[in-house]
Amino acid sequence: MTNPDPLRAHHDMGGLPAGAVEPTEHDYALWEKRVDALMVLLGHKDRRLITVDELRRNIESLGPEAYDKMSYYERWIYAITQVLLQRGVITVDELGRKIEAIRARETQRG
Amino acid sequence: MSHDHDHTEDHAHVHRYPPRPDQDDTLTYYRAMEAAVRELLIDKGVLTAEDVRRQVENMDGRNAGLGAKMVARAWIDSAYKQRMLANGSEAAEEIGLDVGPLKLVVVENTPTVHNVIVCTLCSCYPRMLLGLPPDWYKSRNYRSRVVREPRAVLAEFGTVIPDDVLIRVHDSTADMRYLVAPRRPQGTENWGEAELARLVTRDSMIGVALADPA
Repeated sequence: MTNPDPLRAHHDMGGLPAGAVEPTEHDYALWEKRVDALMVLLGHKDRRLITVDELRRNIESLGPEAYDKMSYYERWIYAITQVLLQRGVITVDELGRKIEAIRARETQRG
Repeated sequence: MSHDHDHTEDHAHVHRYPPRPDQDDTLTYYRAMEAAVRELLIDKGVLTAEDVRRQVENMDGRNAGLGAKMVARAWIDSAYKQRMLANGSEAAEEIGLDVGPLKLVVVENTPTVHNVIVCTLCSCYPRMLLGLPPDWYKSRNYRSRVVREPRAVLAEFGTVIPDDVLIRVHDSTADMRYLVAPRRPQGTENWGEAELARLVTRDSMIGVALADPA
């Protein structure tokens, strides 16, 4: 959906025209619950490795197309990962290698 | 169960619908990213697998029963209700509900005012008392429209608010969450707190529905 008001960011949608509210719900998958848990744990006062503002800044800087195409917790894990990279908690190289390892493990498991 | 066919198998084991596919079965790009980030954080000692498991369990244990307990208490104890409306976070803690660092504001429905909550910018929700939000709460259509035409949106949920009742829409923020205290249903005068709490649904505390009738 294109942004009808160029002065507004894509996530800032209050009051804009939109369709009927579909009463959709789903049971959250374990990976989604884990994303939620990562955000809570990383933001905890004992760690302070992410703030809600950092999460939102990274979600809200997604392009309109990505924002609408990604599911809710996809946007979250994308943003959490960006913050951890920006803060130097993890590196792009480490992340790439870990994803490769996980994919290889998954393929083996069939 | 259909009686049109002559089956010999044990019907108790026949699936009438295909089982819902497990979303964890498909290793999507972002699911792999979640696993990778979590494992890296565990490798680095930032957190443990046990921390993650415990936090998932903590959220799984949160549902609308928590908010319902607070609303039912307010229905039977007017002094408590005043404290709840003055300071939601303290009132929740007073009855043993953990609301964490977020500020909780409880807004009361009356014969002349109906309240409904939204987060237009993202998905802020009184998750500490209701659990994780339903998908529609986070949807573009709800977030866009409920602030402009709440009466029409509520009607889509089957909730028709009379024209002489004012509708107040509360836009939540990351640090401050609203919870709606619905009106106590008629015919519940002698009911106890636990019985009353069963009438207080999640949707009634979001404000898209009324409490269940007695």
